[in-house]
Amino acid sequence: MHWRQIKDRLSAKSMILAVAFANSLVLLVGLGLLIKSIPILEKKSLFHLLLSSNWHPLRGEFGFYPFIVGTLEVTAIAMILAVPVCLLSAIYLSEYAHHRLREIARITVDIMAAIPSVIYGLWGVIVVVPFVCLLGKWLNTPTTGYSLLAGGIILAIMASPIIISVSLEVLRTVPIQAREAALALGTTRWEAIKHVVLRNAFHGILSAVILGFARAFGETIAVLMIVGNVPKVPTSVFDPAYPLPALLANNYGEMMSIPLYNSALLLSALILLLVVSAFNMTAHLTLMRVEKR
Amino acid sequence: MPHISLSNLMVAYGNQKVLQNITVDIPNNQITAIIGPSGCGKTTLLKTLNRLVDLYDEIRVEGEVRIDGADIYDPKADLLNLRKKVGFLSQKPYPLPMSIHDNITFGPRIHRMNRKELLDQIQELEKHIPIDSLCPNGRQEETRHSKTHEMAYLVEYYLRLAGLWEEVRERLHAPAAQLSIGQQQRLALARALAVEPEVILADEPTSALDPISAQLIEKQFKTLKNHYTIVVVTHILRQARRIADYVIFLYLGELVEHGPAEQFFSSPRDERTRAYISGEIS
Repeated sequence: MHWRQIKDRLSAKSMILAVAFANSLVLLVGLGLLIKSIPILEKKSLFHLLLSSNWHPLRGEFGFYPFIVGTLEVTAIAMILAVPVCLLSAIYLSEYAHHRLREIARITVDIMAAIPSVIYGLWGVIVVVPFVCLLGKWLNTPTTGYSLLAGGIILAIMASPIIISVSLEVLRTVPIQAREAALALGTTRWEAIKHVVLRNAFHGILSAVILGFARAFGETIAVLMIVGNVPKVPTSVFDPAYPLPALLANNYGEMMSIPLYNSALLLSALILLLVVSAFNMTAHLTLMRVEKR
Repeated sequence: MPHISLSNLMVAYGNQKVLQNITVDIPNNQITAIIGPSGCGKTTLLKTLNRLVDLYDEIRVEGEVRIDGADIYDPKADLLNLRKKVGFLSQKPYPLPMSIHDNITFGPRIHRMNRKELLDQIQELEKHIPIDSLCPNGRQEETRHSKTHEMAYLVEYYLRLAGLWEEVRERLHAPAAQLSIGQQQRLALARALAVEPEVILADEPTSALDPISAQLIEKQFKTLKNHYTIVVVTHILRQARRIADYVIFLYLGELVEHGPAEQFFSSPRDERTRAYISGEIS
């Protein structure tokens, strides 16, 4: 066999290997977390761990409920704030804006996505927390500002780039014939968008939202800096909360001598991983269906 | 008075002129074919007639396009009414993402036509093209009593007018995307007719279709021309010979020659027309 052919085979094989390695990482991470969380699952039922509010590691009580609620609520606030604004921006950029403005906005959005999350966190401490504190005063709800709402606002900002850019891409894949078909019947621009463009792009936009959700759900450092980190179920948006990622980042590596503590934390990491992967997968499967059309 | 009259029309994308010096009247109730080599501005000319060119960035239109006497590029022109009056068929049919039935009713619903307006519209049209003349196998019982439901009657009437009814009568509520591409084009025709236009613009309406569907569309056009003014862009010379009553020949953005089809094909005046018709240039 010629040397060139051997090289060809070698390169193909090595690429397969690289792909296999990269892809197996997800499984390896998941497997590692699973093995480490077995000890606590042997002692307590998963159901009990998820629904108990008692978090007293020294007494051997590991209830994840406040953390799960904290994660869900902070994510929900973020999505409520982000989704309408992001969708309207994407629609404007895709359907109304001049193409130069669209390109400029694309660059801005990409920069927003690339800002390290610790910077968002710092900005949150400097701007968002005092703002929420003031808002609390104004509404007669005393708060330090380190709260669910502050976390939600920061997450909304952080999830925006992905929601905007994915929905913009999806809207741009709707063929111009779709708009022509509606406009040629005498619809207004908005009617064409509402009845034809958005209907056509619905699944894609849904995946954009899910991707944003996954991003917000797993975001750690920025939230940790401003959400207050009190392991209690919050009763209002001005209360502090303690989402799962923050729990892990704050506690892993400390007080590891407490029995089962390590295992409990890694179980919560596994839960986080599974939820975020599930959302990502749903989003990508939906997007794949959009692309196939 | 002609519906459509162009004078000194110039269209440019950015700095590139695609059409210049177009002055022509398009005759009423005839099929006018716009022919010419690809890239000569046929589609652009067609889309200036219902201002679909507005969708393109950096488009510039100068000169006058008058439809029923009103300049459609006047800043105060009623764009929605214009597009209602001037229907459009694209090269590749695009079924709206809804059922066959809703594709037809979409236009009337958007224009918020009430029951009486709908009935008036159909009655007026029926004076010219009675529904019985559209039913080769005789009309079925159901159509008569469905006349009480004006939307159902409207859907049937326009689907028959576009020659699609027999193929879809059993599945009106199926998604329109399930139809074959030939059926989709006839659906697009029915959908355009349902807002009761006076003019129908068609951009190479048969180029994506199989020969049988193409023939069906041509046949419908010949039926419809008695009541509508039809403008067809085509790059198929034989199609222009088959259906056109009037021909506009464009070459590199210029209007080279226009005239009644018979005269145009038998005794062209311009050298370029002669060369195009004989196949020396294409």
